[in-house]
Amino acid sequence: MVKGGVLSLLQDGGRTGYHRLGLTNGGALDGEAYHYLNRLLQNAPGATAVETSVGGLTLRVEDDTWICVTGAKMPLTVNGEEQPRWCVHPVSAGDEIALGFARRGARTYLGVAGGFDVPPQFGSTATVLREGIGGLHGQPLAAGDVLPCATVRSRRRLQLPEREQPRYHNHLTVRVIPGAQHRLFSRLEKRRFFGAPYTVSEHSDRMGYRLEGAPVDCNIPGIVSEGICQGAIQIPPDGNPIVLLNDRQTIGGYPKIGVALSLDSARLAQLTPGATVHFAPITRATALRALDLAARFTLNKVLREY
Amino acid sequence: MRAEYPRITGAGESALMLYLGERVDPRVNAWVQCAARAVEQALGADLVDLVPAYTSILVIYRPPLRFIEVARRIRAALPPPPEDAGDASNDVTLPVYYAPEAGADLEALAARAGLSVDAVIEYHAGTVYRVYAIGFAPGFAYLGQVDERIAAPRLDSPRLRVPRGSVAIAERQTAVYPAPSPGGWNLIGRCPVPLFDPVRPPHMPVAVGDRVRFEPVSRKRYLALGGDLQ
Repeated sequence: MVKGGVLSLLQDGGRTGYHRLGLTNGGALDGEAYHYLNRLLQNAPGATAVETSVGGLTLRVEDDTWICVTGAKMPLTVNGEEQPRWCVHPVSAGDEIALGFARRGARTYLGVAGGFDVPPQFGSTATVLREGIGGLHGQPLAAGDVLPCATVRSRRRLQLPEREQPRYHNHLTVRVIPGAQHRLFSRLEKRRFFGAPYTVSEHSDRMGYRLEGAPVDCNIPGIVSEGICQGAIQIPPDGNPIVLLNDRQTIGGYPKIGVALSLDSARLAQLTPGATVHFAPITRATALRALDLAARFTLNKVLREY
Repeated sequence: MRAEYPRITGAGESALMLYLGERVDPRVNAWVQCAARAVEQALGADLVDLVPAYTSILVIYRPPLRFIEVARRIRAALPPPPEDAGDASNDVTLPVYYAPEAGADLEALAARAGLSVDAVIEYHAGTVYRVYAIGFAPGFAYLGQVDERIAAPRLDSPRLRVPRGSVAIAERQTAVYPAPSPGGWNLIGRCPVPLFDPVRPPHMPVAVGDRVRFEPVSRKRYLALGGDLQ
């Protein structure tokens, strides 16, 4: 590790089964880009990779292996020469891999054949900074860190064709399944929430995306604290919605208007401050259909050899 | 009275909320604890994770399992409400340095309640609390019930960073923040005892159902016990 950049964290598919100790999930924010990373590298689905936010990562290779980069549009260079993303490349000891700053999107995934080999904590390698757990000592990657990985000589040269790659925009519609407390919001307030544009606040992070716009008024300021699931949208008394993501608190007492569809909360995490968001209500049945379609088509695109 | 509980509602695409009561009550909470064990057994490998809290349990199940099916299995396995709140297994005492420099909202909370700072401390430290839930952050134990005279609503917008060890009040709940984190509770002091050890089990000095008491300590004692004031 030569340079960690703005924020680089080791992540996997996330930690489950420890909510009762208060441990959150962590894991790759953009499940789609992370999924393709492991498919391209022919890795197991939960292999450990680096998630870089915004950009600025530089690594020096110590063992011959294969790498791949997916997610936000950060220029990838190997020894100063630009290389295609969403594509598996061989690298040799001594090579320098660098990610520039994102032109579109916010999270980029860099993986190696077989995944980075770090010991799991509470069953996962996902780094959660707030908890100081996972990755290398629960900390962001920094100059001098060593990321162990196996020497791998043969891998198929797979790529996801450019026209199939996800595009990251400055606007997103987030589909929302109304939640247990949606009755605490009047019809007018719900219309406001589902009608008005919101802007991504600069105080958005892996814990949650804070949105600013038409404040939503709730009939009560708080509820008896209860468990919070991935994607839950809480409305604190100032009325600005917070979409809770992978590093969210496991219990909270702000009322929740609904839960974002996982496909959309993954895309939300690719937005940068200033981007706009609309919310659209959907039923659970529609949500399940959307997930089914994504599993069959979006996440199952054919990878090609090059 | 209408039999409203248990009530099961969906929570997004692959989770549901099981509500067992309305109010913070030791008996409801005891029901939550035994229901959590029943849900674990009923769902087995189909259970991804669960979050028992004061009156509810968040159940996260494995897709493509359907809500209707999971709700049916939970209803069938649910034990009846227990007769009493059960006996706490442990008594735990936590030292607290109560002061404006350690709890940024102590004076505002006292003013709002129309009390002196000393009275707020007396009421907070004079109550024996039950651990109702663990969550929010690793080692964060929700304690209840706070004396009504010093109950205070959450901040309008959560703070981006609450210092480690902060002792705080929200409504009639109180807690110690085990690590720096965002948070919307009213800060009244700091506890020097670590509340979460990620390496050695049992990981936490308290468990759900335990009785907890706070003991006021001086600034000097707080620092001697390993506390800091950053």
